[in-house]
Formats: sequence, structure tokens, C-alpha cells
Amino acid sequence: MYLRKITHLFGGTRALEDQIEEFFDKVTEAGLVFEKAVAIYLAEGVNGTYDDFLDQEREIESREDALRRSIKSDLFARTLIPDLRADVMTMLEDTDGIVNMFQANLFRLSIQQPEIPAEFHAGFRDLAETVIKCVESAVLAARAFFRDMRAVRDHATRTIFLESEADKLSTRLQRAVFSSDLPLERKMHIRYFIERIDDIANEAEDLVDSLQIYTIKRRD
Amino acid sequence: MDLATLLLLSSGLFLGWSLGANDAANVFGAAVGTRMIRFFTAAFVCSVFIIAGAVVSGAGAADTLGRLGTVDRQAGAFTCALAAGFTVYYMTKWGLPVSTSQAIVGAIVGWNLFSGSPTDTATFVTIVSTWVLCPVLAGVIAVPLFVATRRFLHWANLHLLRADALTRYALLFAGAFGAYSLGANNIANVMGVFVEVSPFAALSLHGGYTLTSAQQLFLLGAIAIAVGVVTYSKRVMFTVGSGIVPMSPVAAWAVVIAHSIVLFVFASEGLERLLATHGLPTIPLVPVSSSQAIVGAVIGLGLMRGGRDIDWRLVRNIGFGWFTTPIIAGLVCFTALFFVQNVFDQPVYREKRFSMSIEVLNRLGESTIVTEELAALKDREFAGAAAFLDAFRERADASAAAERRALALSEVGDFRIDEAHIYRIEEGRLSPHQIEAIEELAGARFRYRWVFAEALAAHTDEWAYLPDSPFNKRYNKQLRRQLEYMFRHFDRQNDRRRTGSGP
Repeated sequence: MYLRKITHLFGGTRALEDQIEEFFDKVTEAGLVFEKAVAIYLAEGVNGTYDDFLDQEREIESREDALRRSIKSDLFARTLIPDLRADVMTMLEDTDGIVNMFQANLFRLSIQQPEIPAEFHAGFRDLAETVIKCVESAVLAARAFFRDMRAVRDHATRTIFLESEADKLSTRLQRAVFSSDLPLERKMHIRYFIERIDDIANEAEDLVDSLQIYTIKRRD
Repeated sequence: MDLATLLLLSSGLFLGWSLGANDAANVFGAAVGTRMIRFFTAAFVCSVFIIAGAVVSGAGAADTLGRLGTVDRQAGAFTCALAAGFTVYYMTKWGLPVSTSQAIVGAIVGWNLFSGSPTDTATFVTIVSTWVLCPVLAGVIAVPLFVATRRFLHWANLHLLRADALTRYALLFAGAFGAYSLGANNIANVMGVFVEVSPFAALSLHGGYTLTSAQQLFLLGAIAIAVGVVTYSKRVMFTVGSGIVPMSPVAAWAVVIAHSIVLFVFASEGLERLLATHGLPTIPLVPVSSSQAIVGAVIGLGLMRGGRDIDWRLVRNIGFGWFTTPIIAGLVCFTALFFVQNVFDQPVYREKRFSMSIEVLNRLGESTIVTEELAALKDREFAGAAAFLDAFRERADASAAAERRALALSEVGDFRIDEAHIYRIEEGRLSPHQIEAIEELAGARFRYRWVFAEALAAHTDEWAYLPDSPFNKRYNKQLRRQLEYMFRHFDRQNDRRRTGSGP
């Protein structure tokens, strides 16, 4: 009976580990879908392919939410990692926030359909690509918090660097937009999207900032 | 067990209950306080292992307390445990650092002073030095243990959840080991004073295993500790878990293991035998303070981190407690013994008489120089060890060991081996060969304990001590208890004192 309980505990732990891994997989996946959807939007505008990506993003977000709830309930029900539970919960919420931002931005593009002149497409693609790299790096830091605490710092450093790169790209793109001959309302509309995409990198940076604090707390 | 026995042991059981209520937090406080282990699981494991430790390994430390002072009347033992219990209760209430081990030692010394029995200085010094050694040793063990565990965990690089699961089991194991060590080491505090006046006879169990009289006492004391754990330790555990220095689970594990090792080392007869087998010096088996071992381990880790977080006031208070606790307990015990004896009219110690006959002087001459002055004490009778020792010291410049020997040889009684008393020997106390030897002595009368003991040993080896060594310690201890029982059982002087008639 007791032996079974022990086996169950380690078995249960493994299942929860898998759920956490899948949760982070979904974040990475959401980033990749976002990047492709932005590329399609810039090239073709809102069409069937874009809508497919939007649906895919919605499904990812929904699965990711379900995983977050299940992990949360498991951590509480089995009183796991009592000293770090609150930190892990906050980390999961923050990560979930990033996926929500991906989805929300795709929805905004689909609804508002801003007209982005071709001269700014490369800048948008670069910004989206850097933001995705930044999020992927933050996800690696979050995974490392569970698996290899020493690596958190390395991934965090990379995330912070990429966030700063995204800021630079965002500023450069905004300068270019406001230097153009476009009417002010279009300039402001395009600026809105540049800022929303850049915000995703800021969110990733906030996540690794918190992670570094949790890591210091976890140190024995 | 009748009501009188329960009443007699009640002070010890109270002491056990308070020990369980307070000290279980030392072994499971961090785990339960941080909710790594549920209270129910902790209380169950703690109770089981405290009982196991007390029954299996509790004898060693209890024997040392017995050497400090042999409380030879049930009312005396009751009063000692009560005095220690009250000292612990009130000092805790007043927020003073207190240890049951120090309180019971103070109470025994108080009994020695009241009864005029000499306190074995060597044993007293050994006990006091272990009080200082206990937290120091715990600190010294905790540091490398913590460093090694941390390195292992870094090397193993486990997933956070797997490390969490492992930590739970490690804390459960540490708690179980801690509870076993606590039972083995601290049962002496709870029941040690009752060992010589135990109301229980040995109990034969299935499979040829015998539960000695002391083990039955320890079982009862351990159950009292377990009741303390289940009924009252929860609040203390949550206070300890969140109140002391904030510790990581790994640090908490190292602290509990270091504490457990120290308590185990000071309680294990098996370890003593193992060290002796390899020609290594043995460690004294002494009841030490569980709380002070924990504090020592925490301070050890604090020093490792530079010593900034250490509450030096707590360290000073512990040192202060080494002096105040035994003194207060001794005074309380002395006063309580006075009341129990004079107000409640209960004998709290056996009145001992000493006299040096020619045979005593001859026997003493084998190891000590018997001067003419000392020989002048021949056949003079002294009431109490103190009076005898005063006279002895005036006439002989002997070592403490020689004094102890003179005292042991000179104690007189009136041992009459008659059929009626042989018939009334409690079942399970003695072996068939031992009883045969007594039957062969039927009709004999002895004045000295040692002459009686030698007469028994002449009939069977089962009445003879084995050479003094850690290997024979358990056998000799059992034999000593059996002889003490025989002396009490056949001593008519005792009967006369009990009935109040003069010699």
C-alpha cells in the first residue's frame, strides 16, 4: 500500500512534469504561429490562410489555459513545492499572458486591418522575429527554472539582450513611419501595432526578471 | 497495571507528554511547518519511531542517569520526575531555555543531596560535558552534511518537482531517524528514575523475545511521548516551521539529520560496542537536549554563511540554562522530597547503613591501603552514606574510586533467605538457574550485599558478573538490576522500616 503510494507519487510527479513541458511547448508554438501569421498578413492581408493561423493560435491558447489550470490544481491538491508554489503560479500566469498577447495581436490585425506600406514590411518582420526569439529565450529560462537552475541566468541574459534589440527595432520603425508622408491617423495606427508587438518582448523580459528573483530564493 | 502503579508513574508520564509536545517539533517542525509533510503523517511516523527507539535503544542513556544517582524508592522517583516536569513547565512558561535532560539531572542530584547519597562526580562531569558537546557536535556535523547534500543536488540536477518529491521523503526519513534517536536518548529523562523501582517483571513474548522490566517502562514512557506528539505538538510544529530562521528544505534536512546523529551517538549501545570492537574510544551514553542539538546545527549553518544571522542572545541563554536548569530542578526536587517525606509520610529513599567488619576491611585491603586509623572504624555503624564517607575521609586519603568501593563493600542489610520469600519472587525476574542458586541458599543469612552476591555466584555463573567491557555492559546491567531486586526482596531491614518497627 505504502510502496504503491511512493510509486504513485513519483508517477504523478512525472505526469505533472510532462504537463509543464507541454505548457512551455505551447508558448513556443504560439510564437511560431504568430510569426507566420504576421508574415502572411504583411504579404497577403487577412485571408483564409491568416484565419487558419488565427484559429490555430486560438486552439493553442485554449490548450495552454487548460494545462495551466490543471497544473495549478495539481500543485495545490498535492501540496507540491510549498515553498515555491506561489512563485511557480505567478510564472505560469505571466507566461500565459504572453500567449494571450500573441492571440490578441492577431485578432487586432484581423479586426483593424491596418494598411502597412511595403517599405515597412521588413522592419515589421524583423521586429516580430526578434520578439519571438526573445519569448523563446524566456521560455528556455522558465524551463531551466524547473530543470537546471544554473542555466536560468544565461537564458535571462539573452532574453534581456533581445528585448533591448526589439526596443531598438521598434524605435527605428516608429521613426521611419513618422518620417514618411503618410497621414497622421495611419502613422498612429501603424505605431499602435509596433508598440503592441514590442510589448510582447517587454512581457518576456518581466518574466525573466521575476525568474531571476525566484532563482535566488530557490538557492539553498 | 493497577491505579497505584499508574499514579506512581504519572509524573514521568507527564514529563513524557510534555517532551512529545515540545520536542517532536525539533524533528518534524520544519517539514510540517512548511507543509512538506502533513501533520498526521508526521505524528504517526514520529510516534512509531519514538516508541521503537525508546524500547530498543533506550537503556544506554538511562543507565548513565542510574550511575549519577540510584533513586531507590518509588515515591522518590515520582518526586524527581515531578520536580523535573514542573521545572520544565514553568521555565518554558517564563520563556527561559530549558531542557528535560538538564532538569532530570538536577532533580537526581537534588535527591542525592536529600538522601545523603554521594553524587558520582565522574558521571556528573561526563553528563555536563556532553551538554556543551551536543550543540557543538550538531553544528560540526550539520555543515559538511549540508555542503555535501547541496553539491549532490547540483550534480544530480533534478527537476524541481522530482527534487521536491525527494525532499519530502528525505525529510520523512530524517524525521523518522530523529524520532528514533529522540526516543532512544530522551526516554531516560522520562523513565530513567523509575528503572530501579520498576513495578514490572520481565515479560516473555512469543518467539523467545523478552521484554525487560526497563523496556516495559520505556514502552509506557514512549507511549506518553507519542500522546504528547499527537495531542499537542501541531501548534509547536507550525511555530517552529515558520518561526525559526527561514531555512530551505535542504538546510532543514541537514539540521534534523545532524541533530539525530548526535542524539543517536549519545544513546546507542550498538555503536558503543562497535567502537570498542575496533579499539576506538567509546562515547558516553547520556541524555542530551534535542532542542539544543537543533539550535547547534542551525548555528553551525549560520556560521558557515558568515554568522550575520545568528542570534547570539539565544546562544548565551542556552549557556545560562546549563547552570540554571539543574540548579532550579535540584532545589525544587529537594523541597518536594521534604514535603513528600514529612507531610505525606512517604519514604523517598532507602535508609542505608554502613559498617566495616573485619571481612570488609580485608576485602578493601586488596585494593586500598588500610591504615590503622581506618581499621579503627571496624564495626562502627553509620546511618547514611554521607556520615560514613565523612568518617572514612578523615582516616584515609583514598581516591574517589576507592571511596566508592568502600561504600559498596560496607553497605549492610539483613538478608534472610527463607522459603516464604523465595516463593514470593516475581515470575520472570530471574532465570531458573538463578532461582535454583537461591533455593540452595535457603536458611542462610547475610549482613553484606557483596557477601550475598558472592554466595549466589558461587552456585551458578548466571549470578556472576562478566569482565567490565562495553561488550558485557548489557549483561552486567541486567544482572545488577536482578541483584538490586534480590537485595530489596530479602532485606528484612527494609521490611522493618516499611512497617515502622525498630531493629
